Amino acid sequence: MVEAKVLIKNKVGLHARPASLFVQTANKFKSAITAIHGERKANAKSILSVLTLGADQGAELILQAEGEDAEEAVQALVSLIESNFGEAE
Amino acid sequence: MKTIRGIGASPGIAIGPAYRFHRVDLHVDTRSVHDVDAEFARFYQALEHAEGQLRLVHEKARREAGAEQAAIFEAQLEMLRDPELLGETQAAIRDQRLNAEAAWWSTVERFAAILEEMESEYFRARAADIRDVGRRVLRILKGITEEPMQLTEPVVILAQDLSPSDTVGLDKSLVLGFCTAGGGETSHTAILARSLGLPAVVAAGPEVLQIPSGTQVILDGVEGLLIVEPDEQAAKVFVQRREALTKLREQAFAHCKEPAVTLDGHRVEVVANIGNVQGAFTALEHGAEGVGLLRTEFLYLERSTLPDEEEQYQAYRAILEVFGQQPVVLRTLDIGGDKELAYMELPKEENPFLGVRGIRLCLVHPELFYPQIRAALRAGVGYNLKLMFPMIATLDEVRAAKRIVEACREELRRDGKPVADNIEIGIMVEVPSAAVMAEHFAREVDFFSIGTNDLTQYTLAADRANAQLADLISAFSPAVLILIDQVIQAAHRHGKWVGLCGELAGEPLGIPILLGLGLDEFSMNPSAIPLAKQIIRSLSLTQCQELAREVLTLESAQAVKERVRERFPFLTLS
Repeated sequence: MVEAKVLIKNKVGLHARPASLFVQTANKFKSAITAIHGERKANAKSILSVLTLGADQGAELILQAEGEDAEEAVQALVSLIESNFGEAE
Repeated sequence: MKTIRGIGASPGIAIGPAYRFHRVDLHVDTRSVHDVDAEFARFYQALEHAEGQLRLVHEKARREAGAEQAAIFEAQLEMLRDPELLGETQAAIRDQRLNAEAAWWSTVERFAAILEEMESEYFRARAADIRDVGRRVLRILKGITEEPMQLTEPVVILAQDLSPSDTVGLDKSLVLGFCTAGGGETSHTAILARSLGLPAVVAAGPEVLQIPSGTQVILDGVEGLLIVEPDEQAAKVFVQRREALTKLREQAFAHCKEPAVTLDGHRVEVVANIGNVQGAFTALEHGAEGVGLLRTEFLYLERSTLPDEEEQYQAYRAILEVFGQQPVVLRTLDIGGDKELAYMELPKEENPFLGVRGIRLCLVHPELFYPQIRAALRAGVGYNLKLMFPMIATLDEVRAAKRIVEACREELRRDGKPVADNIEIGIMVEVPSAAVMAEHFAREVDFFSIGTNDLTQYTLAADRANAQLADLISAFSPAVLILIDQVIQAAHRHGKWVGLCGELAGEPLGIPILLGLGLDEFSMNPSAIPLAKQIIRSLSLTQCQELAREVLTLESAQAVKERVRERFPFLTLS
């Protein structure tokens, strides 16, 4: 299993457009991917599940992936979050 | 006879029997199942069936209601495939031996409840979507056929509120109008009614739901009234009004491509407010002589990345092509802290309408402003494009914006790209300071466009979204009219032209005042154009000038409207 910790820095958090970008990215990979925020766990491939994480700005997210492309999946999601979902600064 | 008051969300008058819409009661029985596999099979069959229905509905909505409505069903299709929604339902069937209906509905409700608790409207809309999908699957599981509304005669539909799934199967030729107990001017019902050209009254309260089907009602989408069991007198008045209105609209539409010239030969321009290329076609059909307000926000909202110069260039070009040599006034990006952009952090502000918005935002975010200006300067080549800046409060702002236009022009020339040269540059006059200082601004710009919706809210210090202040906030307020007068006078002294792109420009009672004040260009929603032109053709400039002088001396918006009605009784019709 591959695991990474990442900080949500964009203003809206993991909601709205960023959430759907996150889910779209997760769906490009075969691995099972879980996003954990505090007590809550979400299937990174489910928009409903990701929305209910309530991961606002400043939330620390743990990403876990299990599968053949786990490394790439975590990498892709981490860079998406770290790029602030492509938002302009 | 009883009169119920709501908000007029789409104009027109409907008279006929009421039809009380009830959603089919989808009571969910909880049973224990033995054959789990059979239950899975039922569930999957229902999902497949629902997906098929949604595809059809999506296609129908795309054809009949446009991309915005269709997008709702696209999002619903996504939810239907959501792995967690399906996974949890399966788990409930398998582990708790629940029947598919109970397993599905409890999962749907769990997600809907979480989303509903969240603060932003975005999540509440998702909660409504997931319940809409949920009910669809439930209906299939329970063998209840869709088509909840089987209309057999023309009716006025009464409901708590209507969802896209409720209305998509509706035979629109049998709908006279809509009245909802809940909702608002931006609810699904209101948007649908406006797109169909049917009258609608929303937020009319729970009394609406007490009216049984078949009751005779009159719906007045202009005043926002529902009259239940009208007496003979009222019925007669409204039948006459409806007929006069229909005749007037038909006549107006038949002549909508003709110019708007007053009885004494004064011509004004009647142009459209639009927000995308579809709007451009609608505007042309309705007789628009150009675009007085091209809102560019459509390029920026509902997406995950900033639109680049090329994309904007293509979008502007597509709209300019529709209008050929007719003028198109492009308003640069007008957003602020009340909007959420996924690709940009706009700080939350306590008063976003008094905050960093419009030109204020663009001047501090060159990465927003430069690509837009460059795209516009390129797109304008060979067309009649004009640029306009929103939310201008000071002369420094206009000068700064103009310097950026010049810088972009230089850059493009250096890059060897063709650039539109003689682009007129104007400002929105919507901040009272710009109206008061109009004389100074008139030296800096080529034209003004008065935004009466914002000018009114800023002049009266009244939030236009606050229903409690509805009486206070009227563009007919003499304070606003005096400002409009000053702006027009100042511009004309400097040989500049003035347009107006607020609701007032298309209001039958507002038109004679604005004509009298000397307005050069009337810009409005496309559907209002034919009638506005017809009204202008039936007025004389000298009479309007007299009226304008009079109303500037009155004390209240109410008195202004009354005076216009007195002078031009035929305007009350519309």
